[in-house]
Amino acid sequence: MTALIDLKNVNKYYGDYHALRGINLEIAQGEFFSLLGPSGCGKTTLLRTIAGFEDPSDGTLHIAGTDMKGVPANARPTNMVFQSYAIFPHLTVAENVGFGLRKSSLSKSEKMKSVEDALEMVGLKGFGGRAAHALSGGQRQRVALARALILKPKVLLLDEPLSALDKKLREQMQSELRRLQRQVGITFILVTHDQEEALIMSDRVAVMFEGEIAQLADPQTLYKRPLSRKVGDFIGVMNFLPATVKNATAIELDVAGLGLVTIAPDQAPSTAKTGTAEVGIRPEMMSILFDGEPDRGTIAEGTIKDRAYYGDMTYYDVHLKNVVQPITISMKNIIGRPVLDIGDTARVSWDARSLVLFSD
Amino acid sequence: MRSLRTYAILYLIFLYAPIALLPIFAFNDATIIAFPLSGFTTQWFTELPQIPALIDSVKNSLYIAVITAILSTILGICAARAAAKYTFRFKRPIMGFIMVPLVLPEIIVAVSLLVILLQLGLSLGAWTVIMGHVLICTPFCIAILNSAFQNLDPAMEEAAIDLGETPWSTFRLVTLPLVSPAIISALLISFTISLDEFIIAFFLTGTEPTLPVYLWSQLRFPARIPVVMALGTILVAGSILLLILAEMMRRRGLRRAGLQDKGGFL
Repeated sequence: MTALIDLKNVNKYYGDYHALRGINLEIAQGEFFSLLGPSGCGKTTLLRTIAGFEDPSDGTLHIAGTDMKGVPANARPTNMVFQSYAIFPHLTVAENVGFGLRKSSLSKSEKMKSVEDALEMVGLKGFGGRAAHALSGGQRQRVALARALILKPKVLLLDEPLSALDKKLREQMQSELRRLQRQVGITFILVTHDQEEALIMSDRVAVMFEGEIAQLADPQTLYKRPLSRKVGDFIGVMNFLPATVKNATAIELDVAGLGLVTIAPDQAPSTAKTGTAEVGIRPEMMSILFDGEPDRGTIAEGTIKDRAYYGDMTYYDVHLKNVVQPITISMKNIIGRPVLDIGDTARVSWDARSLVLFSD
Repeated sequence: MRSLRTYAILYLIFLYAPIALLPIFAFNDATIIAFPLSGFTTQWFTELPQIPALIDSVKNSLYIAVITAILSTILGICAARAAAKYTFRFKRPIMGFIMVPLVLPEIIVAVSLLVILLQLGLSLGAWTVIMGHVLICTPFCIAILNSAFQNLDPAMEEAAIDLGETPWSTFRLVTLPLVSPAIISALLISFTISLDEFIIAFFLTGTEPTLPVYLWSQLRFPARIPVVMALGTILVAGSILLLILAEMMRRRGLRRAGLQDKGGFL
């Protein structure tokens, strides 16, 4: 099956500034795809290139098999939800939602039906007659969604659509967007700087830094097996420890504070070679052993340097023997488990499967 | 603080007392402009429509003001739109020079235009006055329209294009409605400026005087002064009304676009 969206070697320059560097990307029909990265990484430029608001300096873009070169934004099978929502303040909600139908051949009653259906889909049934400028942030977001989906585009482009909402509303809209995407079956491309949002919502995520795609993977792979220290650091929390690769084929390492370990090939880059390197480990992939709890493989000794109590979780900064940098370990506060104090000794249990080797 | 208030009050009196005198003498039952007032009359207002030359000058002025307002607002829309949407070489100096007539002495504009028009062998009349008025009104229009176009979220136009509209229909369906209060405000202000303007009109008017030029010519006849006062009263009232209307439009526009009022032209 051919990809719905196919970018080949796309570059974008603004004068001397290289905003997109050789982007190669295929996105399938019906996928919920996210472009994730810090501000200025080129994710919005890439989205606007797909929408037709920016022309690539070179490279090709195909949507549904058609070359988009010279095809203006108003003729592309894409619709967009803007970061500011761009709801037309001089029109009513219904006029906003029905804006894209102005040139369609539908009869007036068919258009009205279509607008009502779209409003119902986003949970704004009966809001059609309201003035657009009187809506709340969450309602504007829904109107923007209905307005973009009414034309049944092949691709819906969402430019940081949830960044203006407060936390509660954002979480609610996240699950609603996923539900909506499954319901309409349209390919969604979401631009976000929020790694949690990207993990929660997407089928696949492209992490971008400085105009390049650093890693393209499903959320679990991205979290468990980041390809570079930079990706691991950007997504969630990760501890980094210096290590020496003793044997590159059997992948035997000497990790500071943890000792000799052998890891599986999927935990290391294929380019791994002997010499100094770095390993990454997530806070929840290590645990502090309390009395009577079974260990998970190997034990390392340490002392608690700092702790942050989150209610359901406690984050400890632990000094391992012979390691300068403290490592962060998260523990669930389950029944009977005490919260340790600063200065307490801790027995840290860990497993070779929880390590990721970086060669960069 | 206290002295500042006194200063402000004195300043306002200095500014508005002469204008306040205008209606007082317009309703005074005497041809001599002096206190004490002798009695109330509306005679000067009833005399107004009986002077054919005055009616002609009013018509001439209205004609010039309407056309000036339309032309300078259209030019203002083009300039403000270009300044807000595009970046081009020498944008700042170009915009700066367009705004210069705002502070240029009108006498200079008037004399230089007169010299050029005479050199070109063009006859003076309503259109030469319009030319001069458009020159001084356009910067005001740009100043008003610029903020409206700058405040416009670029995503608004992109959203319309994204939904299938052409650039022109986007301008018509989205851009124009959103800046329309500023357009009305620009029309009203340039209309008012043109209607009141004297120096350029005086130099370029030819044989058909505009209202201010006609009024000036009447000052030589003391008997006509109360009538001039009456006409002045009507003009002041009209100007104030138009300016209030223009400011109301600007505020309505901000409200409609959901924007904060950052202090307008007035």
